[in-house]
Amino acid sequence: MNRIAQLRGPEPAKRHNARTIAALTGNPGCSRRSVLDAAGVDKVALAARVGFPGSFGQSRFALARGNAFEAMLKADDCELLRSVLDVGVVGYQDLGADDDATLTARHARTRELLTSATSALVDHPLLTLSVAGQTVFLEPDLIAFQSEGRLRVVEIKSFAIVDGQADAAKVAGAAVQAAVYVLALRRLLGDDRVSHEVILVCPSNFSLTPEAVVVDVRKQLSTLKRQLSRLSSVTELIDSLPPAVSFDVALSPAALVESLASVSARYVPECLSTCEMSVFCRHEAAGTTASLGRSVRESLGGVETVAQALELATGTATPTPDQAEAAALLRTAARLREEALS
Amino acid sequence: MTLVALARAQAFAAGRAQPIATVRHLHLHDHPFVLIPLAMAGEANAPLAAMFGDSPAKPRLLVVAQPRNRDERFAFADALSAELVPYLMSFADQTEAVAVDRGRDVRHRYVDAPQVWVPNPGGIDFLRLFGRSTRFRRVDGDYPVPPTVPLLGQWLTFLAGAAEVPGSSLLLNAVQALGLHWATGQSGAEDNHLGSLLAWIEAGAQAAREAENGPVAGPATDPEFDNRVLAPLIADGDPALATVLHELLLPTWQQMWRILDRLRTLPPGDRVAARWDSDRDSYSSFVEHLAEGGPPQPRRDGAVAAAARLQRLENAAARYAVQRAFDDPLVMAEYRLAGVAFGGVVTLAAPDRVDDTGKRPVLRPRIMVATAETIRVEAGATLTSPARPAQKAKVVSITATPAGHDVLLELSGGMGRKLVAEPGTVPAVGEKLLLTTLSEGYRPGAALPDPAETPWTHGGPPALSSDG
Repeated sequence: MNRIAQLRGPEPAKRHNARTIAALTGNPGCSRRSVLDAAGVDKVALAARVGFPGSFGQSRFALARGNAFEAMLKADDCELLRSVLDVGVVGYQDLGADDDATLTARHARTRELLTSATSALVDHPLLTLSVAGQTVFLEPDLIAFQSEGRLRVVEIKSFAIVDGQADAAKVAGAAVQAAVYVLALRRLLGDDRVSHEVILVCPSNFSLTPEAVVVDVRKQLSTLKRQLSRLSSVTELIDSLPPAVSFDVALSPAALVESLASVSARYVPECLSTCEMSVFCRHEAAGTTASLGRSVRESLGGVETVAQALELATGTATPTPDQAEAAALLRTAARLREEALS
Repeated sequence: MTLVALARAQAFAAGRAQPIATVRHLHLHDHPFVLIPLAMAGEANAPLAAMFGDSPAKPRLLVVAQPRNRDERFAFADALSAELVPYLMSFADQTEAVAVDRGRDVRHRYVDAPQVWVPNPGGIDFLRLFGRSTRFRRVDGDYPVPPTVPLLGQWLTFLAGAAEVPGSSLLLNAVQALGLHWATGQSGAEDNHLGSLLAWIEAGAQAAREAENGPVAGPATDPEFDNRVLAPLIADGDPALATVLHELLLPTWQQMWRILDRLRTLPPGDRVAARWDSDRDSYSSFVEHLAEGGPPQPRRDGAVAAAARLQRLENAAARYAVQRAFDDPLVMAEYRLAGVAFGGVVTLAAPDRVDDTGKRPVLRPRIMVATAETIRVEAGATLTSPARPAQKAKVVSITATPAGHDVLLELSGGMGRKLVAEPGTVPAVGEKLLLTTLSEGYRPGAALPDPAETPWTHGGPPALSSDG
């Protein structure tokens, strides 16, 4: 653990949350992200320090609406939330308070409450999940609803459901996050205690009236489990790093870039919307076919770089035996393209 | 998609966007209407502003000073309606007669139709939702709105519905229109930024990277901008809001008109006009629907209507793909790479061959085509050549040769009514020919039952209490 703390420098660690885990499993082959997240490095500050700031801010308007919606649901001892979930009179327990000092105590209290099997709405439970060989605390902004010994995850989101339909990308994101919570709860209580059906509470149509829908996250759960198991053991990776590697943002940009270079990244364009380091990685990956998108890379026969693909297409490079098929396709494509354009 | 991927690789190496089409695959109106909507973050489809108009020199700007205020939202809809609907209706005057049912009847359609341009697919989604939030508003009762509001809603719903039809040019977005004709040296995700995409075409890679930090093309605003600029202006009810938003939207407005000019330099594909004819058909029937006081489009289609719509969309997609390939050798090249089409040279021709084994003698010329390309075609298949779309070529046999294949074809159709082919209708020896299994032929859809004939599971009797 000392090595991990040393990687980060004196800054306080950034904690994992469902969003970071979802992003991590979105690109499980990226060692750079695994290491930075494991060490709790402030990636926003790091990216800015090396000269590639991203814009990952959230609009004040969006935050305000999200908070207003949640506050409205939870007002008067969750009156509105109870009515939209149709749960009748049950207790409400808030384990809230975002404080690092009380993590262990709150986790114990969460465990105690959830194992007791009394019907209740449990807000801000503190969960743990093993990610890449490390135990991380998860502080979901969610309510676990316990009834008849079975738990359901309730997620409050502020995007609208219009005529039974919502933005597909947002629903998918919410489902993956909910799956992270379901998994964490199952690790705590056992698989059969936690339902794979989560409840999404969103504003209905163009108003703030809430609407609850059930989302089945079995598919997301199995993807998540598979990808978490595939995440290379990050502790081993960290131990194998040269001692000079550090991501202390007080270091010079040149030193940080050198450290970053010692942990390989796997950049794909999708990173741009999920990872704070993406602009740096994009710059580094310039000239690879992967940076043009997965489908482009595949269409170019899986050849690594753009230069190589073009050389194979023009016949100036001799293909290796495994490239022979791709090279033939590229040469034909280049000939047809030239013929059509002439 | 290997050819497009290759074009992306070439664009990266050259630092400039590369063409992936030799003709324009969409109808470009002489008098289009540009609309750039801007939405308030977080809210469910709350308009913040819109810049619009039909003249590049005269952008009009509408601003909602308090986007969360319902009344201001509908005042915005009313004002937009007052500008947009007259444009949309301005084509509903002159009609032409079209023969239907093999000439036994005629119907009338307008000789032109409107065309609205938004910057990106997000703009279309915004208009669809704005249509949904306005078309059911009541002009009487507790919260009445002006009649212009539900009318705007019906129009926006119609346009957004048309935009789902592949090949329709009633409501277009600039990102897709450019992406249809040029490939950049970046990923498709990055192409969604209109400024960056256009910079690849106009100025090159370096300018494209810089454009990424430039103004957004909506409907979403930049969170930084929201927090730093917009929030204080809205909180204070500052009248400077209109000026700030004007400056924010003006670059996109100018880009939109530059894009239209650039697209205009491409010659239209041969089959573009026919697709615009169907756009005029749907415009004409929608105008008629409104004139008869037709109800707003339902929230969700019923089972039969949904199945019929899906069938129409699938047919349109298939037809559009084939037509683009027939119009454009660069699009056809993708099919040649896949072996669905091949180019060859005519080596033998029997133009006067007559088949008299049937009841009547029929003209069935045969030609031999030699090709060196990959072919995935079998004997008995029917091929077409884009140069002679009315003529069918049936594959009689395929023989492998040292250089590739010899394909023997029997021709029918498109040669006149006599037993001697009209001059030039049969490919001559030495002619270069492109043949493909793609066909423009009309594929009749499955017959769907009347909604009343369906079981209750599909909305039929006994009537369900549905909100449709």
